[in-house]
Amino acid sequence: MTAPLDVDGPTAPPRANGELVFAEPWQSRAFGMAVTLYDSGAFTWPQFQAALVARIAAWEAAPPTGECWNYYQHWLGALEDVLAGDGTVAADEISRRAAALAQRPAGHDHPHPHGEPHDHPHHHPH
Amino acid sequence: MSTSENTDRIPPALRTEALEQLLTERGLVDPNVMNKFIANYETNVGPLNGAKVVAKAWTDPEYKQRLLADGTAAIKELGFSGPQGEHIVVVENTETTHNVVVCTLCSCYPWPVLGLPPSWYKDPVYRARVVKQPRRVLAEMGLELADDVQITVRDSSSEVRWLVLPQRPADTEDLTEEQLVPLVTRDAMVGVAKVHAS
Repeated sequence: MTAPLDVDGPTAPPRANGELVFAEPWQSRAFGMAVTLYDSGAFTWPQFQAALVARIAAWEAAPPTGECWNYYQHWLGALEDVLAGDGTVAADEISRRAAALAQRPAGHDHPHPHGEPHDHPHHHPH
Repeated sequence: MSTSENTDRIPPALRTEALEQLLTERGLVDPNVMNKFIANYETNVGPLNGAKVVAKAWTDPEYKQRLLADGTAAIKELGFSGPQGEHIVVVENTETTHNVVVCTLCSCYPWPVLGLPPSWYKDPVYRARVVKQPRRVLAEMGLELADDVQITVRDSSSEVRWLVLPQRPADTEDLTEEQLVPLVTRDAMVGVAKVHAS
């Protein structure tokens, strides 16, 4: 079941002649979570869309100083709101997990022990 | 909103990763299934300009007439046009006739409406085989056509770029023009797929 994505207006995902554009990898993950959960019936599309409209309206009413428009930030916020609203995942759970992830040492995704000399660059895509 | 403070402080990439972990642990999201969904949307969503042209033709019979009579002019009505000299000819797929587009010489493509061509369109194998064995090539691409459907292969060139007007899927009578747009895929407008109702 394909999600009926908006094609015009502020709630429409960024596109280049209709094809979806993800500026960073996390954006496609956030997109993927919403459409996967929608497909499995976790929520209806109008539910998600209403949350997205609310997030965008709140940002537009008072854009934080110095913060650029970032569509998928609102998409992620809408997804969090829907999941928090029905008790699936609480916002502070996400905050706690994200804070724990932030504590990972640099190069956390390396399989080899730290401290060993190696010459490949530390730029693994996530 | 109580969550806005947290959302602002934590980079969205980390929140996204955290949420994906939590959903995966709870069995609500399978990352492999999700990867397939993302890939599917990335390849099948859009191109929007062509989809708008098709949806308008499906809902506005007079526009459809103009589109089939002079594709370039009718497409320009919606504000889409390419470099000078590009002539877009629109052909309609029906129950009994099916058009499929190729460019045997190079990779001519109606890019103002379809965006960048997919990689297979430029593949010499597709270009050579679709002319000789269109029914078989289409079947290999997942489009099985009945034997009584006549297939016409349209060869694009720098002078003429073909655009297929796909059949409107059944059970979409209640949908508006705007609701039809997202159903129209690039592959359907090249003629290697049909449009499905959802």
